Amino acid sequence: MYPSAFDYFRPSSVDEVVKLLQENPEGKIIAGGHSLLPMMKLRLAAPASLIDIGRVPGLDGIRSDNGGVAFGARTTYDQIIKSDVVQQTLPVAAEAAGVVGDIQVRNRGTIGGSIAHADPAADFPAVLLALDAKVNATGPNGQRTIGIDDFFVDMFTTSLEPEEIVTEISVAKPAAKTGMAYEKFSHPASGYAIVGVAASVTLGNDGNVSAARIAITGAGPIAVRANGTESALVGQAPTAENVKAAAQKASDGMTFLGDIHAGEEYRAHLTRVFTERAINKAVERAQG
Amino acid sequence: MVASSPFGSSIKRREDPRLITGAGHYTDDVRLPGMLSMAILRSPHAHARIVNIDTSAAKAMPGVVAIYTGADLVDLVAPVPCAWQPKNSDIKVPEYRPLAVDTVRYVGDGVAAVVAENRYMAEDAAAAINVQYDTLPVVVHQLDAMKDGAPQLYDSVPNNVAFHFHLEGGDVDAAFQKADLTFKQRLVNQRLIPNAMETRGAVASYQRGSNELTLWCTTQNPHIVRFLMSLCTNIPETQIRVLSQDIGGGFGSKIAMQAGEMIASVISKDLLRPIKWMEDRSENYVSTTHGRDHVDDVEVAAMKDGRVVGLKVTAYANMGAYLSTAAPGVPTWLFTVTQSGAYDIPNVASDVYGVLTNTTATDAYRGAGRPEATYLIERVMDLVAKKLNLDPTEVRRKNFIPSDAFPYSIASGAIAYDSGDYDKTLDRALEMIDYAALRKEQEQARAEGRLFGVGFSTYIEVCGLAPSAAAGAMGFGGGLYESAVVRVHPTGKVTVLTGINPQGQGEGTTFAQLLNGELGVPVEDIEIVWGDTDRIPMGWGTYGSRSTAVGGSALVFAARKVRDKMMKIGAHLLEVSPEEVVFDQGSVHVKGAPDQVKSFGEIALAAYTAWNMPEGVTPGLDESYFFDPVSNTFPFGAHVCVVEIDKDSGKADVRRYVAVDDVGNVINPMIVDGQIHGGIAQGLAQAVLETAVYDDNGQLLSGTMMDYAIPKASSFPNYELDRTVTPCPFNPMGLKGVGEAGTIASTPAIMNAIVDALSPLGVEHFDMPASPQRIWQLVHEQKGN
Repeated sequence: MYPSAFDYFRPSSVDEVVKLLQENPEGKIIAGGHSLLPMMKLRLAAPASLIDIGRVPGLDGIRSDNGGVAFGARTTYDQIIKSDVVQQTLPVAAEAAGVVGDIQVRNRGTIGGSIAHADPAADFPAVLLALDAKVNATGPNGQRTIGIDDFFVDMFTTSLEPEEIVTEISVAKPAAKTGMAYEKFSHPASGYAIVGVAASVTLGNDGNVSAARIAITGAGPIAVRANGTESALVGQAPTAENVKAAAQKASDGMTFLGDIHAGEEYRAHLTRVFTERAINKAVERAQG
Repeated sequence: MVASSPFGSSIKRREDPRLITGAGHYTDDVRLPGMLSMAILRSPHAHARIVNIDTSAAKAMPGVVAIYTGADLVDLVAPVPCAWQPKNSDIKVPEYRPLAVDTVRYVGDGVAAVVAENRYMAEDAAAAINVQYDTLPVVVHQLDAMKDGAPQLYDSVPNNVAFHFHLEGGDVDAAFQKADLTFKQRLVNQRLIPNAMETRGAVASYQRGSNELTLWCTTQNPHIVRFLMSLCTNIPETQIRVLSQDIGGGFGSKIAMQAGEMIASVISKDLLRPIKWMEDRSENYVSTTHGRDHVDDVEVAAMKDGRVVGLKVTAYANMGAYLSTAAPGVPTWLFTVTQSGAYDIPNVASDVYGVLTNTTATDAYRGAGRPEATYLIERVMDLVAKKLNLDPTEVRRKNFIPSDAFPYSIASGAIAYDSGDYDKTLDRALEMIDYAALRKEQEQARAEGRLFGVGFSTYIEVCGLAPSAAAGAMGFGGGLYESAVVRVHPTGKVTVLTGINPQGQGEGTTFAQLLNGELGVPVEDIEIVWGDTDRIPMGWGTYGSRSTAVGGSALVFAARKVRDKMMKIGAHLLEVSPEEVVFDQGSVHVKGAPDQVKSFGEIALAAYTAWNMPEGVTPGLDESYFFDPVSNTFPFGAHVCVVEIDKDSGKADVRRYVAVDDVGNVINPMIVDGQIHGGIAQGLAQAVLETAVYDDNGQLLSGTMMDYAIPKASSFPNYELDRTVTPCPFNPMGLKGVGEAGTIASTPAIMNAIVDALSPLGVEHFDMPASPQRIWQLVHEQKGN
């Protein structure tokens, strides 16, 4: 549990971060450090340098954004839980932040760090997929916005360029009659998601589902949308039977991971069970 | 605080403010001038011959002072000792070198020790050592290891069976012939990792000139460490000082001699520099002993009314790659003498095989042998109830040793229980849980298709590990008495030196309460000292729930010697005879004349100035006592667990947990409740969470806290506790002990509840851990059928 030697930088602007990333191709950005440091202590990661963004201005804070919410990349889980804007507009984000790790992790861990790290069992990738978030990143060529559907590429791999940094994550104002929920089955040892399912369900004036985004984390190598479930739901009345039938499709086409606590078959089963639970809860909230 | 009774006062733990504000002094807090850090390079293979070790690159790295291999240490230190060798067995103790010499036998076996200016440098250098291995076939499971043709760990241990132990009493065969019901069941008691919050470690400092070794280490028994270290290093016992004061938990994993302590000591002597070695958590998971790991085959003979008349147990204990210091005693004596539990079973035969495998060694873990036995007998009671269609409480009552049958000798005669009233704890537990209503609720739940179960554990445990004669007869290489010194200072303050060595159990508080009860000295004026072999005359340490029953009793007897002397001095100062005074809450006054009084402080000062001593009384107030009880203590109780299983996820949710324990007289109820709480959590964790898993190559898959599921505060419900009090007649205060009770009791209570919940699916037994995945698989397969 003793990391190997590394260089340490503490830049004071986003531009400086980008410059350091260019100069240190073996470097890693560190924010809360609660994913990276354990990997370094286990010597699973040995970055030649750490670029600490802890004091870079402009990455903090949660703000209202045209009725939606914009999260600075360095926003901690604890700040999300305690934010009035989040509680009013996107309570599901606070709900999910509340089941991340333990108090220490929630105090230090950041939303930007979570998605940039792209741990397959992290909670926020699923939440942000269900919320159709947009990721703002800055690199040598300036700023760009990446849709969340294009962000996660593979286990620990995103569509960020090596010299880019996530600066902000924004979520548009939810449509009327939208309910959201995050249901998680925690790993008994690590507390990460064995399966975490985020659901955002919008009901039309007829009471039927008009739109749905369902996303699954933990079960496979990468957080994914449950497309089959979503299309099975849209246009249907959100009855218990219809939700159950739609949830059965959640595991279709997915690749599953396995460990000593949860094998592939069990994860596939839990994916269906927790998808059903998340949708039911979201529907209940949409019906208000 | 002055109390008239040492019992029943929940004063706060005096040690806590220091510990929780970071002012504790653990081994890792020791920093000495010139101190070097040591890292141990450990084998990545479970079984391999060492072909070559090339340290040249590592030695050239910055900060590296020296590198030692196993061959370098052969002349400096003897093998790690095994100090419990049961006499009624054919035990073969293989040589366990602190660093492997030519063969590594488990993942984590030490290969080289790197000493450097700091730990980071030592770790980098360890990673640069080039070891060439020639891998050998691996065996990790004890049943596989016993088979002909299995990989052999040692030439001297055929079929890897290090010992076969047998104990029996009564006529077991006759019992099986006359029984109405006989059946067999295999019970697996899985391997656990102790996870003390503070890992093992040592700071060794050998002084040139005085030739003294000072060893700070995190142990439950510093005098045993001094004794064995002296034997292993040829440093005389008079020149070794072992210090072990603040200990961050032990759970039995800090009883055994640790190779790392021995290596640090002899390297310090070799280099004449202080050496620090602290396990990191990953290292702790492979290098410190594990617990449990039994496969137990039990055969049961019972009568139609539920009476169990015969028990045959064949146990296969996985000892790991070598025999750790106390390890052979755990699955033999400690396991077999607890096997009949709270029940009068006249015919019992036990065979235990201790098997070596390519895994980390096992040794004591909270309860040590007794949890395995209690799980076995409590599962047996439920199996008998199930097979005879009787209520599990009825079967238990049918078999309880009656309260007028004490002292009660078990079938083999190896041990006699002190006292008990087993119906009483069960009655109270049933009342608290409202048993009739609970069974109705269960009926309702089952009608709705829910999996709802109730489980019992009416356990006993063998505690207060003693006496020395029994220790000798059982092959334990030491005594099991305990010592205490009560030293009253001239100012009336009191220092107590005790041979026990707590790791969080609270004796810094409860021993002061005991002394307050004896001498009336305010708790604030009492200092309890442990963990320093230069200050404390002798001690065998803290394990087996023995500290208060044995060490506390020694303290009481030493205090009474002080009291008697104070009465003589007080009487002399009051110019009356000792028969004419009374000792009353610390002061001595003339009988019937409380105004003719000498205070505790006045007598203490008089004893040390010695200006006016009674004839024949020597100066000073400093008394010691070595207490060796006539027998063990036997706490007992009734635990009831209510469980509901979520069919969809397989998760077992503990809805209620009622525990009624009888630990004899209780000094500090809050501390006793704390021990019960922690114990229940640790026992429930074995039932539903924890398991050390090896793959076929001997790699520990559950090798980090990200993989090994230790319980969290959120894992369990509130516990509903109560107590009965049945004093132990074998010690002056009627104490039984509580350190392991919760752990021993709770594992079978929850497993019985889970099996009861699953019984509508036709389940009679389910092995641990009852993890969500395993339960889901069972429910899923049932659905499929």
